[in-house]
Amino acid sequence: MALRLAARPNETRFLAGADALAGDIPDGACVALPPDYSLVAMEAVRGLIRRRARNLKLLGVPVLGFCADLLIGAGCVAEVETSAVSLGEAGAAPRFTDAIERGELRIKDATCPMVHSGLQAAEKGVPFMPLRGVIGSDLVRHRADWKVIQNPMSDSPDPILLAAAIEPDVALFHARFADRAGNVWIGRRRELATIAHAARRCYVTFEELREGDMLEDELLAPGVLASVYVTAVARAEHGAWPLGVLDLYPIDDAHLARYAQAAQTRQGFARYLEDFVFPSPLARRGQGEGGLE
Amino acid sequence: MSWTTEEFLACTIARLIGDAQHVAVGAASPVPAAACTLLRAQNGGRPRLSLLHKRRGNPFTEGSRELFDLAGQGRIDVFFLGGAQIDGEANINLVGTGGYPNSEARFPGSFGSAFLYFAARRTILYREEHSRRVLVPRVDFISAPGWSPPGVWRRGGPQALVTGKAIFAWQPEMRRFRLESVHPRHTADEVREHTGFEYDAPARIGVTAEPAPEELALLRGPVAREIAANYPEFAARVWGASA
Repeated sequence: MALRLAARPNETRFLAGADALAGDIPDGACVALPPDYSLVAMEAVRGLIRRRARNLKLLGVPVLGFCADLLIGAGCVAEVETSAVSLGEAGAAPRFTDAIERGELRIKDATCPMVHSGLQAAEKGVPFMPLRGVIGSDLVRHRADWKVIQNPMSDSPDPILLAAAIEPDVALFHARFADRAGNVWIGRRRELATIAHAARRCYVTFEELREGDMLEDELLAPGVLASVYVTAVARAEHGAWPLGVLDLYPIDDAHLARYAQAAQTRQGFARYLEDFVFPSPLARRGQGEGGLE
Repeated sequence: MSWTTEEFLACTIARLIGDAQHVAVGAASPVPAAACTLLRAQNGGRPRLSLLHKRRGNPFTEGSRELFDLAGQGRIDVFFLGGAQIDGEANINLVGTGGYPNSEARFPGSFGSAFLYFAARRTILYREEHSRRVLVPRVDFISAPGWSPPGVWRRGGPQALVTGKAIFAWQPEMRRFRLESVHPRHTADEVREHTGFEYDAPARIGVTAEPAPEELALLRGPVAREIAANYPEFAARVWGASA
């Protein structure tokens, strides 16, 4: 792998906004992203497209959706490693499907718990993690980083699969809150903590700044990712739209259906980018153009 | 009493689930979700149902890996899988057809199938489209294998394959499907004509039971309301229901 980011810094930086945060993520980085039903930093993803990021490698933890389809369609992505790419009820991810069928995108197909296992290995600082099942799937034949070994704890034949540790360059996601110490609140979306632990850098956009230290509040603390893992944060109100944020706002199904339709063609996708990515829909909302409604 | 295909299939799958402690339902599976919700409405809230993509009140607090850890321990009795292709050895393909990695037709991907097909005690295969395009002699890509050789750890496997035309039971010793029953309005000859793989068929084949009025009342009432919260488009299409 060409790109290696510097060692983990200690202080969480507060950046001016989602575009500044996107500017800190270098071309060529392996970026770990959560699924659409988790907490996705959509405004920072739009920021990556606005800054015309290139050659990103996306890691789906464990699957990808709308954000990946946008990045792929916008030409930001060289490779995806994921268990699936889908828009859920809105159907297949049109730009992903087109890019694979045209041979324009490299893919490393996975299965959900192998992604989790690889990240858990990185979290613990060990080289691999075993997982049951999967043997006999064609996925194994195509993954040089998945190895089948004899279970060393057993005297009888017992093949078992190992997932190599996955250490992404960047974890990128959205949070409900950040506090001034740089702690972020992700609630029950603990896959975000896993990718933050495993990644070399972690970038987080957030809805609201919360006064006080969240780690000192026993009710909030279990949903907190401590600042020790957080490289930089930036405020992005409504920053997950058109995806949702826990109980704060739901997924905008009508918008996703509209996107799924528009992105069937390259021209439709280009128009979508003009309408909703260049410029920021947050700016458009300020001008009363209704981009968010 | 008239019924829709979705209602019929939900009742059929509910009967196949039968006695179970814990059923998990994945993404894009509104019919299995409705089947399990129906069963719960009939049995005073049993079995436990974990909807993996539930929008509110997701059953897990350890993130998306928790389901797989739970399944690995044997805490999931019944799971559902589909397939862009399904073959006569119960192998499923969720990746693509016509070559790999640059498939001629690419599908979303394998999700957790390669693990859950082994770890869940029973898997019900469900695909409404019953055609030679879907039910093929051999899948182009094995996302998850239907059976495993001796010595390879495997807790569970396929129980049955449900389509819009029929139910096939899985025969683990023979690694082969057997036509169990044909749905009303369809025939055994039609099933043979539209199935691309070989299977066993008894001389006399039963008809899949129709939904009972009590089942339809539950589906159209409490089940429709509950399903609408997580599969809004499906509930609106089938029942005109909203959350």
